[in-house]
Amino acid sequence: MSGSKEIVGKIKSVQNTRKVTRALEMVSASKIRKAQDLMQASRPYARMMRQIIGHLAHANLESPHPFTVEREQVKRVGYVVIATDRGLCGGLNSNMFRRLLGEFKQWQDQGVELTTVIVGRKAAQFFRRLKVNISASTQDLGERPRLEDLIGSIKVVLDDYREERLDRLYVSYNQFVNTMTQQVAISQLLPLPASDEENLKQYWDYIYEPGADALLNDLLVRYIESTVYQATLENLASEHAARMVAMKSASDNASNLIDDLKLVYNKARQAAITQEISEIVGGAAAV
Amino acid sequence: MASTIHCDIVSAEAEIFSGEASMVIVPGEEGDLGIAPRHAPLLTRLRPGQVRVILPSGEEEFYFISGGMLEIQPHVVSVLSDTAQRAGDLDEAAALKAKEEAERAIADRSAGMEVAQAQAQLAQAMAQLAALERFRKQLKR
Repeated sequence: MSGSKEIVGKIKSVQNTRKVTRALEMVSASKIRKAQDLMQASRPYARMMRQIIGHLAHANLESPHPFTVEREQVKRVGYVVIATDRGLCGGLNSNMFRRLLGEFKQWQDQGVELTTVIVGRKAAQFFRRLKVNISASTQDLGERPRLEDLIGSIKVVLDDYREERLDRLYVSYNQFVNTMTQQVAISQLLPLPASDEENLKQYWDYIYEPGADALLNDLLVRYIESTVYQATLENLASEHAARMVAMKSASDNASNLIDDLKLVYNKARQAAITQEISEIVGGAAAV
Repeated sequence: MASTIHCDIVSAEAEIFSGEASMVIVPGEEGDLGIAPRHAPLLTRLRPGQVRVILPSGEEEFYFISGGMLEIQPHVVSVLSDTAQRAGDLDEAAALKAKEEAERAIADRSAGMEVAQAQAQLAQAMAQLAALERFRKQLKR
């Protein structure tokens, strides 16, 4: 019975690990719901904003807003990278980083400078090691991210854009498709991609108080903020979903391991018994 | 039945109110506005203050907003409320904080790494994971 004690110890430790992964799995399962509710709650705002902006785009503005004009030369590109604060969520973050690195490489090959704004501790940990500018960072958003926490970072990039230190801006996050699937999404924030909703038949113009240009500026800033906020929420939901799946497979693996170990333990025990019996029989025969 | 107007009050974080109203009173930037059904289309900024929604039943509901935007179409009023107090210097402070945090993130950056190098490392980690997966499958069989 030499190895059996060790095996028992191993089984115990795997069982403890399984307890932890099970707990994490269940916690994430309940958090997905909350995150999804948050996602849902923030949608009407973004939708209305888009409608108004679409409408404003048809209005006669004195000059087009800088956020809507495509620049001829793209020399500097900004990325808002939204990652999770915590790990143990499968390949969620690394999948995104891999996609991003691919894009970064392409830009660098074209001689384009890169700037990033990072949200989430995991992104900070990753980009710290890279030779890429980090112009702003936000961490520890918690379970209920607030728009307030993001405003600062967004202002930094918008100012950069306005002062032509950035020619294009992207946001990258994990899109929540469903509990099993999350997709890396990298979409363009600035210049605003032209909207294709052209319902000109219902055309009317607003009364503007104050001027249309000032209002458009405010609207665009808020629109971008809400887009980034929405992306953060999607990423949060994805995080919980990915963690749940990862923890579920970890628990399953632990169960398999326990089964295997038990088999080994039983074999060892049986071997010891057989050996003892044969020793006794052998001893009795000798007498 | 055009004696009511549909009113939506939303913020980036939640839907606050949605329903019919006989009148909506909002704190516009250039003065308070009382919006009755079939108001002319209008777009304006809002000051922080109270939004009063008078329901068709005559009851009143109050919501506090810290500024935002207001859009009026003949049968719909949309209040896009800000979730936070917005002012130039406050935003500036938030921006500064974000920048500082970025500097902190860079400060304990041990040694710079090229994108290509990081890519190689990631690929390596991915390959290791794939190998582990294959190994596990073999074990099962």
